[in-house]
Amino acid sequence: MQFEVDENGYFGQFGGAFIPEMLHPNIQELQDQYLAIIGSDQFKKDFDHLLKDYVGRPSPLYFANRLSQQYGTQIYLKREDLNHTGAHKINNTIGQILLAKALGKDKIIAETGAGQHGVATATVCALAGVECIVYMGEIDIARQKPNVERMKLLGATVVPATSGSKTLKDATNEAMRHWINHPDAHYIIGSTVGPHPYPDMVAKFQSVISAEMRLQLKEKTGNTNPDAIIACVGGGSNAMGAFYHYLDAEEVRLIAVEAGGHGVASGATAATTQIGKSGVLHGSKTLFMQTKDGQVVEPYSISAGLDYPGIGPSHAHLFETKRAEYISINDEEALQAGVELCRLEGIIPAIESAHALAALSTIKFKREAVVVVNLSGRGDKDLETYITKAVY
Amino acid sequence: MNKIIQLFKEKQKDVLAVYFTAGYPALEDTLDIATAIANNGADLVEIGIPFSDPVADGPTIQNSSKLALDNGMSVEKLLEQLEGAKKGIEAPVVLMGYLNPVLQYGVEAFCEKASSVGVDGLILPDLPLAEYESEYKDIFERYGLLNIFLITPQTSDKRIRQIDSISEGFIYMVSSTSTTGAKTGISKEQEAYFERIQKMNLKNPTLIGFGISNAATFQQASQFSNGAIIGSACIKAIEKEGNAAVHAAKFVKDIVA
Repeated sequence: MQFEVDENGYFGQFGGAFIPEMLHPNIQELQDQYLAIIGSDQFKKDFDHLLKDYVGRPSPLYFANRLSQQYGTQIYLKREDLNHTGAHKINNTIGQILLAKALGKDKIIAETGAGQHGVATATVCALAGVECIVYMGEIDIARQKPNVERMKLLGATVVPATSGSKTLKDATNEAMRHWINHPDAHYIIGSTVGPHPYPDMVAKFQSVISAEMRLQLKEKTGNTNPDAIIACVGGGSNAMGAFYHYLDAEEVRLIAVEAGGHGVASGATAATTQIGKSGVLHGSKTLFMQTKDGQVVEPYSISAGLDYPGIGPSHAHLFETKRAEYISINDEEALQAGVELCRLEGIIPAIESAHALAALSTIKFKREAVVVVNLSGRGDKDLETYITKAVY
Repeated sequence: MNKIIQLFKEKQKDVLAVYFTAGYPALEDTLDIATAIANNGADLVEIGIPFSDPVADGPTIQNSSKLALDNGMSVEKLLEQLEGAKKGIEAPVVLMGYLNPVLQYGVEAFCEKASSVGVDGLILPDLPLAEYESEYKDIFERYGLLNIFLITPQTSDKRIRQIDSISEGFIYMVSSTSTTGAKTGISKEQEAYFERIQKMNLKNPTLIGFGISNAATFQQASQFSNGAIIGSACIKAIEKEGNAAVHAAKFVKDIVA
């Protein structure tokens, strides 16, 4: 099975670069140069150095003893929540800011849902001393206030996206429009979505997660491979990072958890693989929720980071080839799993990551099985949601 | 012969193309507006297929697209409405929209139906050149539909030559690197770009679009090309209080007066 991107930017039948001509020079430049830049010795040196001394990598792989007892299996948490800025998003933004500098760009645009990618982008822009504009849906600005203030404190300009559902999808539209109008900028996409080479490039930057997991598992269990890896999927970057070095290891179960919202059949969901169809959105051919007429259906999830109508093309390929399993977890289940982690392990997870944790209740693993849950982010930003919505 | 090709055979200067969004301001306005545009001096009618996420469009067309969808416009509905246009509209008709609604309708079925209701060409900004050539060119050609490509101030000469070589009908020259309706007026810098393209002596005619909003900018743009395309300004004119088709007619008359 082929899981790497092909020369035309496709993963199986998904991917490509469906962009208006206005963006062609920028995308062509990236396509032509990204592999050479990120493969260069200088880039690798700078990237590794910043991940280690600035982000605090490697992130720990923690054996969650009480959680393991609760579920009768061996559960490890990959602690992306302990990264600088509180989530896996910084792995990608460090990579992309170095890439932008190599391309001679000194203006950065980004979109954000939960604000984690926005904060991670604002952070690397401060670090690099470049201008930063972050588009964020008006609704997300209201439900993720602390992250909005963090971005501003870091010197970024936060622009509300007021079109459509006023969430991540629309922030992405606005960021793309801004890029069309300002082609001298670099657009730091936050997930494995968008036109080629973004899905592949973002996956490569996030692949540090599974590269570390291999070494850490070898040390702790004697085997580089776990029995299963569980990660949540909005666009899919933390999951792709956690799966990346295991894609060809077929004995490793890859479990991707989508946001069910109020339930897959409720009409208020972000469970793309359950109700989505193949089409073209945000520059690539992929699976997303749409009407019969091809209009994008507004997603819903309690988690702003998973509130996106599609998944990246590499995930669409993993879904179609059945290399990964896609399940959905509803708001309530995620909140419960989040509270459970607080009580059993003293870790407050992001509500995005709580979706991955909730999969432990729906899938039964053997007692000796080694299961890694990618704890993609911390829950500080979600305190208000926990306080108002969770029962504890 | 395809009506777009016919048009440029007969008219090489001051060709006026006018865009509006199907199903806006009211669902059943499409034909009346198209007819008003065609009968009052426009040489080519460009009908927008609304899409929920129009990334190449500014606020005016975002808004008209959203309201058209809220009104119940769809690809199916539009093609149905156009059935009635065959007799009433002499000017060539081009449909402009994003790829996904066409994909979901089925590219072949779409082309077949569009062609049968008198559509002459398509503009799908997010359908890339390479993809068109490998996947869709044969289908478009089978149904006599021309695919109109865009070029921008940033498009390289080499790519412009490539686009020119596979284009038929005309080339859509985007006047600045922007979304639709973002700027008005034409700067010296833009004129230099128009002159550069003029000197390339392309085999296809060119129409300049984006930022063309009135008689003055239409005239100015036409000096450097075979004519121009007006979109957002027409939408703004027809969304005023009153009869949309009457507004459309007056808008076009004022441009060609």
